Amino acid sequence: MTAAASIRVNGREEPLAAGSVAELLAGRGIAEDARGVAVALNGAVLPRRRWTGTALTPGDSLEIVRPIQGG
Amino acid sequence: MTDTIGNDTLAIAGRDFGSRLFLGTAGYPNQQVMLDALAASGTELATMAIRRISLDGYAESLVDVLNGALGGRVGLLPNTAGCLTAKEAVLTAQLAREALDTPWIKLEVIGDRELLYPDVEELLRATEELVNDGFVVLPYCNDDPVTCRKLADLGAAAVMPLGAFIGSGLGIRNPHAIETICARSPVPVVLDAGIGTASDAARAMELGCSAVLLNTAVSKARDPVRMAAAMRDAVAAGRGAFTAGRMPMRAFAEPSSPQLGLIGG
Repeated sequence: MTAAASIRVNGREEPLAAGSVAELLAGRGIAEDARGVAVALNGAVLPRRRWTGTALTPGDSLEIVRPIQGG
Repeated sequence: MTDTIGNDTLAIAGRDFGSRLFLGTAGYPNQQVMLDALAASGTELATMAIRRISLDGYAESLVDVLNGALGGRVGLLPNTAGCLTAKEAVLTAQLAREALDTPWIKLEVIGDRELLYPDVEELLRATEELVNDGFVVLPYCNDDPVTCRKLADLGAAAVMPLGAFIGSGLGIRNPHAIETICARSPVPVVLDAGIGTASDAARAMELGCSAVLLNTAVSKARDPVRMAAAMRDAVAAGRGAFTAGRMPMRAFAEPSSPQLGLIGG
């Protein structure tokens, strides 16, 4: 693995620094019991119970979403 | 709502609604006005969107705000607004289910970002996929009886034809099409999009719609809370008129007063 190893988080490229999805979320202030948050890893929903056990690898693409005002 | 005639609840996918008004949560002057409008409308179902979280800071959850202020009386209907393909819409719906713990989805798949007009092919594909995945699918669709029937055949829990372009406030541009859809639909018809003022909402109900979904007509009214109450009354009045059955129209006058006993004869 090179120093340039990176992942995409909500469309933004960033260095891969976290070991697991839970760790990445925690670094952004999102606890595992945060309400209303959902995550997709490489185009598929990653259920909350699997945040801790799911490792991140270079090239992964994460979407982190939540409900907002809408019509 | 129980009116003077009796119970008139709306059932969609086994869930009963006393109010036939569904309300959006976007575009209000501020959060308190939104909450007051939701309360004044009497709605039991509020729509919301699913979007990427801001990575700069974690804000208060809209779900907590709604549940806190309205005591869980209002159900949540996430949407797939902005999705251009079935693939995007299906993933958005699955994320919404994970985030909100609800299988209900207002399915929007648009084919034109300016007109926000539905893409029927993608909409049908997404409906089929989501129904097979256990969702309660409420598709926003064209005011087209054939598309509405196809959606119902695929297992949509309701169909939600547009009255006019989203956010236009132009009212119901093709009332005959909406009336035809209502007369033929095996599932509830929810008029979605185009409502501009209370008379539009009443008209939708008079045409036979089971419910009305609106947002901008309330959020962009000069006084959103007052308009929310007006919409509540309009939907109830229109529903009352529909169930009462209107008088036949006539081309010429028909006196209401008796013609016998006129003086001066």
